[in-house]
Amino acid sequence: MTAFVALDDVSHVYGGAGGTLAVDGLSIHVNRGEFAAVVGPSGCGKSTLMKLATGLQFPFKGKVQVAGSLVSQPVKIAGMAFQAPTLLPWRTTLDNLLLPLEIVEPHRSRIRRHKAEYVVRAEALLASVGLDGQGDKYPWQLSGGMQQRASLCRALIHEPDLLMLDEPFGALDAFTREELWCVIRNLHAIRKITVVLVTHDLREAVFLADRVFVMSARPGRVLAERVVDLQRPRDLEVTYTPHFIDIVHELRAHIMQARQ
Amino acid sequence: MKGSLAVKLAPWIATIALFAFWEAACRIFNIPPFFLPPPSLVAKSFVEFWPAIYRNSLFTLSTTAIGFAMAVGFGLLLGLAVGWSRAIYAGVYPLMIGFNAIPKVAVVPILVLWFGIGFIPAVLTAFLISFFPIVVNVATGLATIEPELEDVLKALGASKLDIMRKVGIPRSLPYFFGSLKIAITLAFVGSVISESVASNTGIGNLMLQAQAQFQVPLIFAGLIALAVEGIAMYALMAWLETRMTGWAQRSGFAQA
Repeated sequence: MTAFVALDDVSHVYGGAGGTLAVDGLSIHVNRGEFAAVVGPSGCGKSTLMKLATGLQFPFKGKVQVAGSLVSQPVKIAGMAFQAPTLLPWRTTLDNLLLPLEIVEPHRSRIRRHKAEYVVRAEALLASVGLDGQGDKYPWQLSGGMQQRASLCRALIHEPDLLMLDEPFGALDAFTREELWCVIRNLHAIRKITVVLVTHDLREAVFLADRVFVMSARPGRVLAERVVDLQRPRDLEVTYTPHFIDIVHELRAHIMQARQ
Repeated sequence: MKGSLAVKLAPWIATIALFAFWEAACRIFNIPPFFLPPPSLVAKSFVEFWPAIYRNSLFTLSTTAIGFAMAVGFGLLLGLAVGWSRAIYAGVYPLMIGFNAIPKVAVVPILVLWFGIGFIPAVLTAFLISFFPIVVNVATGLATIEPELEDVLKALGASKLDIMRKVGIPRSLPYFFGSLKIAITLAFVGSVISESVASNTGIGNLMLQAQAQFQVPLIFAGLIALAVEGIAMYALMAWLETRMTGWAQRSGFAQA
């Protein structure tokens, strides 16, 4: 059985042949239902990885497979969330959640006639991240943390098999960030969804992930791979245990090496 | 609510003060009315020539409105096209900038050559002078879509048209409605220019005739009529803007 997300010896160049190499000889395998974190120094091609795995970019060399088939167009089974919540200010939070359903089949052709059913689903999802009853508000009436929760909901509303997160908590304060770690942790536990989290926060990576990949400086490739053998369900308390701190230290050593 | 009352009264007080100052200056310095007539004389001639002012104002208003409507339609389409494709943008932009740099008063004689004097050149001048800001603003709105949001939708298989419909167009609406305020006043200027040069009707023509007959108060009455119409149309566009795109006007600076 091949992995759910499989990048094999992938190289990618921006700006055609002779342009800068973003990633070179990159291989990452993520199993179905696994939570993978990718850490690395800034500019190591983490975002390129996101684009390759979702079919927004195609590799210059090498092979990208998702769900067993070669990626040759946008994958449509992925939800994405970024550091900026990018909610549409002219739509209410609820309508923002419904946006992916207006794009992706089979919902696209159903949503007009079955609106009520989808609204119920969106409201349930909002409630599951602690945003009960906030659907009628506009995004700009919500706090930064709440907007990021809504953005996560938007990434999940079409029940994707793959969730791609690109530094989703980078712009939040430390307390809100830890709260949202738990939100993601719970979503992953309940939905058994495959998650790829790109981050520069090592504690975040270790707390959430089953496996952490450390990438080198540009052109990016995998320097080290670390299985996080902490028991689930994990509580925030785990981040203060010696074993957790050891893993973070170990990863940090790899990053320091990568920056040289 | 003392502050808000002051804000409400401020435009009236400022306007009345301006006219009072004007009237007082004319009397105190004994300025001859054929040089600068006081507001009281202007008002008198406003009443005296009301039928002519009314008829010509209506003409100017209609040429402006039609020219403006054409500019909105054309500007919106061209703006969307320019925002849609980089090739169209690259091809059209230099032409548009060059065209916009031409003083429209220089174009009126050509329009007269083609269409004769009067209604049509006035409409076309209003159109030509006012579509540019609409194009630029709509294109800007489309160009500033967040790339991340585009990625979110593209990864779901959204087509370019989907992204345009769901994000691009709603996003460019505040820019579009903002540009209407500029465009309507420009259209007005276009109409009056054309009327002054090549028409037998319209406020521009009325003022030209008043000048020929040395009826200085009537010239000023024409100016006041233009100003009132300009304010009315601007206010209409501003109202439309807040009504259509209230979500974009949340800052304390947005109370225009």
